[in-house]
Amino acid sequence: MELKGIKGFDQSEEYDRRLLEDVKKSVFFTKVDQLKAWSRTRSFWPLSFGLACCAIEMMGTGGSRYDFDRFGVIFRASPRHADVMIVAGTVTAKMSPVLRTLYDQMPEPKWVIAMGSCATCGGPYKEAYSVLNGVDKIVPVDVYVSGCPPTPPALLDGVEKLRQKIRLEAKGERVLKG
Amino acid sequence: MSQELLDLIAEKINTLQGADTIEEAKLNFHKPMIILASQNWDLNTVNVLRTDEFLQFDFLSCVSAIDYEEHMEVIYNFYSTTLDHYLYVKVKTPRGNPVIISLEPVYKAADYMEREIYDLMGIDFTGHWNLKRILLPDEWEGHPLRKDYVTDKKALGLD
Repeated sequence: MELKGIKGFDQSEEYDRRLLEDVKKSVFFTKVDQLKAWSRTRSFWPLSFGLACCAIEMMGTGGSRYDFDRFGVIFRASPRHADVMIVAGTVTAKMSPVLRTLYDQMPEPKWVIAMGSCATCGGPYKEAYSVLNGVDKIVPVDVYVSGCPPTPPALLDGVEKLRQKIRLEAKGERVLKG
Repeated sequence: MSQELLDLIAEKINTLQGADTIEEAKLNFHKPMIILASQNWDLNTVNVLRTDEFLQFDFLSCVSAIDYEEHMEVIYNFYSTTLDHYLYVKVKTPRGNPVIISLEPVYKAADYMEREIYDLMGIDFTGHWNLKRILLPDEWEGHPLRKDYVTDKKALGLD
């Protein structure tokens, strides 16, 4: 690594060659924002919002075969502990105010993953009288995971997409929906 | 066995209500089924079905409803846990003003099922102690499982 940040350091009289080696081994430079983003991506605590069959796949992802825990993803039963909301399932007209309340109760920073066709756009219930056509009508969604229901690898990929998004946003890049 | 049971049920209801009460009595997948109009379907008949020594239909396993465009129909599935036999009853009602007596005073199981039918199909069960919406919000307009219900998701704020 170049020590660009400390100009003229190696020309100074107190400069010790051995110190440079030590610095190269044990010091790296970053922005506080990026450090925060990095730490956040390593410990997602999702609010498990299981509403339908997607919840079964979400539980399967949390189980021993796919093991969400190894990514630092630990399900929380309270919105006040959580920073990610995984909306897994069909959101009905009656459920939507509850979903909004729980989202509002989550502390900042917070993200939303819409899991499956129902949470994304209404899915097979697009024409039904009681189903909300996509959870993005009431809360801002960061990642859409397709599938009906999505497989556990798809959900893991969705979490990875959210990580990339958080890292890129910390660098100051604008990330479009995708 | 089932044919004998069907004849017995038809005879009991006809003696109670008059000769032409039952529109149709036949076997439906080897189980007795009777079809009658809603004005001939009353609590007296239901009590006979439940308490008669040879019928003893003590279990109402399902209540469902159909909207045929010319009339509406409610289907009751009865079972006797003591005598191990079944009965299906179809009750027809006009589509303009669908009214059927509630079975809730006799079978407590009818409570929620009739509320659900009222909620989604708009059939009025007279004598029900608490006939109000069970699944949809209280302020909902219309009954969505009727054939002429128009689903406008934009107006409902869902799209």
